[in-house]
Amino acid sequence: MSSQPAGHPAAGSAPETGGAGMTMTQKILARKAGLPHVTAGQLVEVDLDLVLGNDVTTPPAIEVFRATGKTRVFDPAKVVLVPDHFTPNKDIKSAEQCRKMRLFAQEQDLSNYHEAGEPEMGVEHVILPDNGLVMPGDAIIGADSHTCTYGALGAFATGVGSTDMACGMATGRCWLKIPGAIRVRLSGAPRGFVTGKDVVLDLIGRIGVDGALYRSLEYTGPGVAALTMEERLTIANMAIEAGAKNGIFPVDDRTLAYLREVAPERLARGEGWIVEPDADASYDETLDIDLSRVPLTVAFPHLPSNTRPVDLAGAVPVDQVVIGSCTNGRMEDMRLAARILSGRRVSKSVRCIVIPGSQRVYARCLEEGLLSIFVAAGALVSAPTCGPCLGGHMGILADGERCVSTTNRNFVGRMGHTGSEVYLAGVPVAAASAVAGRIAAPEEIGIEAPADLRAEWLGTAGPERA
Amino acid sequence: MGRVFKYGDHVDTDVIIPARYLNTSDPAELARHCMEDLDTSFAGRVRPGDILVAGINFGSGSSREHAPMAIKASGIRCVIAASFARIFYRNAINTGLAILESPEAAAEIADGDDVDVDFETGLISDRTTGRTYRSTPFPPFIRRIIEADGLVGYLRSGGMAGTRVAGSEPEVTP
Repeated sequence: MSSQPAGHPAAGSAPETGGAGMTMTQKILARKAGLPHVTAGQLVEVDLDLVLGNDVTTPPAIEVFRATGKTRVFDPAKVVLVPDHFTPNKDIKSAEQCRKMRLFAQEQDLSNYHEAGEPEMGVEHVILPDNGLVMPGDAIIGADSHTCTYGALGAFATGVGSTDMACGMATGRCWLKIPGAIRVRLSGAPRGFVTGKDVVLDLIGRIGVDGALYRSLEYTGPGVAALTMEERLTIANMAIEAGAKNGIFPVDDRTLAYLREVAPERLARGEGWIVEPDADASYDETLDIDLSRVPLTVAFPHLPSNTRPVDLAGAVPVDQVVIGSCTNGRMEDMRLAARILSGRRVSKSVRCIVIPGSQRVYARCLEEGLLSIFVAAGALVSAPTCGPCLGGHMGILADGERCVSTTNRNFVGRMGHTGSEVYLAGVPVAAASAVAGRIAAPEEIGIEAPADLRAEWLGTAGPERA
Repeated sequence: MGRVFKYGDHVDTDVIIPARYLNTSDPAELARHCMEDLDTSFAGRVRPGDILVAGINFGSGSSREHAPMAIKASGIRCVIAASFARIFYRNAINTGLAILESPEAAAEIADGDDVDVDFETGLISDRTTGRTYRSTPFPPFIRRIIEADGLVGYLRSGGMAGTRVAGSEPEVTP
């Protein structure tokens, strides 16, 4: 992997600006546009490293692709199609959509198309990084708004629609406006059961659902080192809920350790490009977040920005709890859920649905005995799917029902009836709420907050944590 | 001239076209459910040429292109909003749904007003109140996409074929 010359200061120490330097996002886009320099507001066309679509957005993209007159995608290794929203096929129409996508993948010899049940399969934003398809410095578009997840690995990644996806498949390029950026300077480390989900909910609560509209959220500062890769994926995932074009983290030792695990060959071949912001990069504004002061946070209906500390949630009875999704369906999430549910029972009044985000995560849950814990606690374990997050299937809400969910949106009718309510939270609050039958912190069901959750994680799982 | 359907801030793609209808991408079918979770009467009342006016962050949320497709297929001629969520903004341009950004028009135009829009000048005229509003013009590059009848037409006419720089001028709108 190539990187910039040494001598760049630590990101958090960059001065307040107006300088001519570029942000991380701007440097990636300049490189991909073949330009020495870009500025916010400039329109460019960039070369793409990956083009992604799912079973909702790909079928219309295939129609548009045909209309372009092209017969082959620009690179069959760089177009990734993932059936995950209405899969396993929920009805005949969904099955037809998935078949259309499958036939297109076969016709185009796409190497990154997999069927449900294969180890590479699951929710798109869980599997792409884990399958080693994302490298630092990449430019990625996906016809799914949570494509911004991959910024956790120091890539530029943004959500687009089916037409952009189609033209991306046809040409390997995309027009983009160079975004300005909000710098989010992190310090300290999260405490107790606070995770990356609380960090991003708290941030959205501060700046609003359009607080970063058209702009990048660039994370810097010493607090980055306190966050696990999975927490960074969660935080980058919800950049779109602040209206941002992308969220991006700098690459550090933890990123490299993760890449050694998921993409050792690509790393050995020198693929990827590590980017740091210029010392005189221009930011629209800077936000400082002391991670040690972020509380366990819940976003009340019907906006992700409608946040409160869980201590101020009041008595909110719940009917359903969903633990999973591209936001919180990874191993740390599953382990945290098991830690809360182990030896306890889901409340009689609650349906608790646990959804490992991919077949790999599912298999690992099986190996680690987590599935037994979920089942013994009275939770239901689903096949990997986006399902209930978007009100697709596998847990639709009735009028008046309330759900605490580790997903990313709580809009009116998002998970079912327009009279239902979704409360967004991290895994510890969701799991504790399943046991309590109302919105609750783990402490409220008698679970003591860990002295240092990250120290425990760092000691337990994966080579990057050795 | 079109009659105005007026809505508030943060109208998201989940209410524009709920996910339960995303198992199809047939525009006519999508139009039947357009705005359903915000206004169940919309699909029954909207007529070709009508205008949708809303507040900030219109089209926030999902990347589903079904949202502008549904609005366009419902007969809406133009969406005027104080601001648009960025993916919706792209999708509208790419699929040929006319959109105009004007915080003043979005604030003052009322539900049921008769409104005229001139896409050449970006001028919005409220015939009911007699007031006019200037919208933010599209950057030249985006006008070229619209003139080519969307991104596919732009691409077919040679756009994105070799020139890397789409437009060197800094632009003011999203």
